[in-house]
Amino acid sequence: MITLDQVRKRAEADAKTYGYYLTPQPDLLQMFIEGLKTNEDRYGYASCPCRLATGNFEVDRDIICPCDYRDPDVAQYGTCYCRLYVNKAVFESQNLPEVPERRPIEKQERAYGAAAAKTAPTQEKTETSTTAQPQKTEVKKKLWYCKQCGYVVYREDPPYICPICKAKKEFFAEITAGVLFKG
Amino acid sequence: MQFSKVSGKNNSHKVTLYALSTCVWCKMTKQYLNDNSVEYEFVDVDLLDDKERNQVHEVIRSKGGELAYPTTIVDDKTVINGFRKDKLKEVLNL
Repeated sequence: MITLDQVRKRAEADAKTYGYYLTPQPDLLQMFIEGLKTNEDRYGYASCPCRLATGNFEVDRDIICPCDYRDPDVAQYGTCYCRLYVNKAVFESQNLPEVPERRPIEKQERAYGAAAAKTAPTQEKTETSTTAQPQKTEVKKKLWYCKQCGYVVYREDPPYICPICKAKKEFFAEITAGVLFKG
Repeated sequence: MQFSKVSGKNNSHKVTLYALSTCVWCKMTKQYLNDNSVEYEFVDVDLLDDKERNQVHEVIRSKGGELAYPTTIVDDKTVINGFRKDKLKEVLNL
């Protein structure tokens, strides 16, 4: 089982790598570390403490901390959605801005009954609303490559931005078997 | 769905808090309500099963809220997404 100290050190190292800081208030930081540890103990990965996870790795992978949305959020708002990672200006001002949710709603909604659809398909609709549309938890993975730097990733969607060269999602293209084997 | 009730002197509004057990801003919201002796009920959505999560989805979306935590609903109509001290203060007359 991971310790609080390990979770903290990992976050500190990651902040340093990317030139970020961790949230400036020690009591808040402690709560973030505890939340991340709880999720890692519960799911086996440190899912975002501020978002509702499913427990299915493939469905939650975009919100495993540091999430897919951290870098664009820090670039735009000076901090991530949770306000765990901040840039220098926010760190020094200690003023934590509000950050709107960048994660697409379709992905958020999979945490509201998606697993029910998988385990008990016949009961799925009994108490559900007209607005809630649990989606399948089956995740179809594909190979994607970044047209800018060549980074290759095997997952459902390309990352929000390329973790290597920071190219936008639109720069990713699917690698098809035809391309793989002809080349 | 099992809500935990917290009693307080300020009980003129019905305050329902949808939270996550891991979420920092949810804890801050609970703390703020406690400090101001607000009576409220809360549920940690990450500890619910899928059927109950679906009900939470229905409640929050039907009132025009986002699926964000914390979400505070006052008197079954006013939705406050996030830890917004200013809004809580205004709506709860603190």
